[in-house]
Amino acid sequence: MTMPFGYASPEQQVRDKSEYARKGIARGRSVVVITYADGILFVAENPSATLHKISEIYDRIAFAAVGKYNEFENLRTAGIRLMDSRGYMYDRRDVTSRALANAYAQTLGAIFTESVKPYEVEIVVAEVGPTTDDDQIYKLTFDGSIADERGFVAIGGASDQVTTSLKEHHRDGQPLADALRVAVQALTVSVPPGLPQNGERVLTAANLEVGMLDRTRARRQFKRIAGTALAELLAQTATSS
Amino acid sequence: MADPMGGAGRLPAVFMTPGTSSFTDFLSQSAPHLLPGARGGLPGPVTEVAHGTTIVAVTFPGGVIMAGDRRATQGHMIAQRDVEKVHHADDFSCVGYAGTAGVGAELIRLFQVELEHYEKIEGATLSLDAKANRLAAMVKGNLPMALQGLAVVPLFAGYDPDLDKGRIFSYDIAAAKSEERTYESIGSGSVFAKGSLKKRFRPDLTQDDAARIAVEALYDAADDDSATGGPDTIRKLYPIVASVTSDGYRRYGDDEVEPVVTAIIADRSTSAGG
Repeated sequence: MTMPFGYASPEQQVRDKSEYARKGIARGRSVVVITYADGILFVAENPSATLHKISEIYDRIAFAAVGKYNEFENLRTAGIRLMDSRGYMYDRRDVTSRALANAYAQTLGAIFTESVKPYEVEIVVAEVGPTTDDDQIYKLTFDGSIADERGFVAIGGASDQVTTSLKEHHRDGQPLADALRVAVQALTVSVPPGLPQNGERVLTAANLEVGMLDRTRARRQFKRIAGTALAELLAQTATSS
Repeated sequence: MADPMGGAGRLPAVFMTPGTSSFTDFLSQSAPHLLPGARGGLPGPVTEVAHGTTIVAVTFPGGVIMAGDRRATQGHMIAQRDVEKVHHADDFSCVGYAGTAGVGAELIRLFQVELEHYEKIEGATLSLDAKANRLAAMVKGNLPMALQGLAVVPLFAGYDPDLDKGRIFSYDIAAAKSEERTYESIGSGSVFAKGSLKKRFRPDLTQDDAARIAVEALYDAADDDSATGGPDTIRKLYPIVASVTSDGYRRYGDDEVEPVVTAIIADRSTSAGG
């Protein structure tokens, strides 16, 4: 039997697309999402103060992403639209991270199979609950795979190395300063390509983007920590270690 | 419509299209039937529905106070004694309504989502003037219903960080927006409330003074307008009072409003005119 010119088997196509997406994601810096006593902390290595990788989605739900900015920004906006529509149609309490994670999984899965070029993104959707046991963290990859994570998760470039460091140092119910220290330490382990692989990297308030879902806050529980507040919190982590 | 997700296996294109940061604009494309005023023409004028009555707002150096009575009427009957017509719009503004209760509550709910939606998508808050303009657009959308008897007008007030002061915006049913520099009142008792505020307003009021004259204006409105509810000391239902300053929106607790009401009643009991 003769194959049409340019034929590639489905296996080959999926392999090629996955490899393409993985390469794109590996070029970027990592993001860590980690629980602490009063909520969930989001830490991204991000030299830009305006092009965010972390975002509020709804009262108890936030979003973190790595990869191509235009692609995850598109998903972020879609997520806010979906959750605000649901909150308006039903009630604020009926807006859940599970619905958002499902919508993202289906959308990413459809884009992966239908488009020539898959999205080069990894996404975390997290929801803070009344107690640590109720916290939910979902990790979504470029092909629509979804995983339910506990305690912490890393996405982006060197996520394996970052995860190893997190696994070693993360403690359930740790205070905020400890969680930030563990996250920053883990991010320091990953050296983005293009930087000297042996140099000691120091992450400061200037190249970190930090946000948190704080269950002690009323209604909208997402809060960004930046500028002097972040510098002070980082100084606190240095003394507590 | 069931769920906005639909069953197509992925988010519909309207969710993924870049462009608008307005929730109302988005909803007009994704689910227009959820918008207020989308019910189409009504067979005739509607009269037998609940109406909210009087709202007042008073500026003071550094902020603004808004207060509303608790009554909703339906014809000559009292429909509700504990209705809340003054609401949090966002962290630096508040909004109240007078007119058809159902339409007013829906307008405010949409306005709250509109402000929060923009803030989340853009990562920045709208200027106070932009918020006031968005509200005007929503009032305009309700004009066909207003002409059929379901009229509602909002009163909008907030703290403007660019000017470091409290500002008040009022609207008519055709959405003509006007800024009030001192105080404003809307609703059936507004004539009496404004008369009261005219005599008591000073540009150098403290926040406590502003709250007191706002509650007293509602007392005066309730004194002469049957549709405005006075403080209900028996059921302990007091006016809703909210302030917006550089510290943000704050709603007064009943334990803070009660002494104000008690003081007003005590003062009025000893004055010859009531």
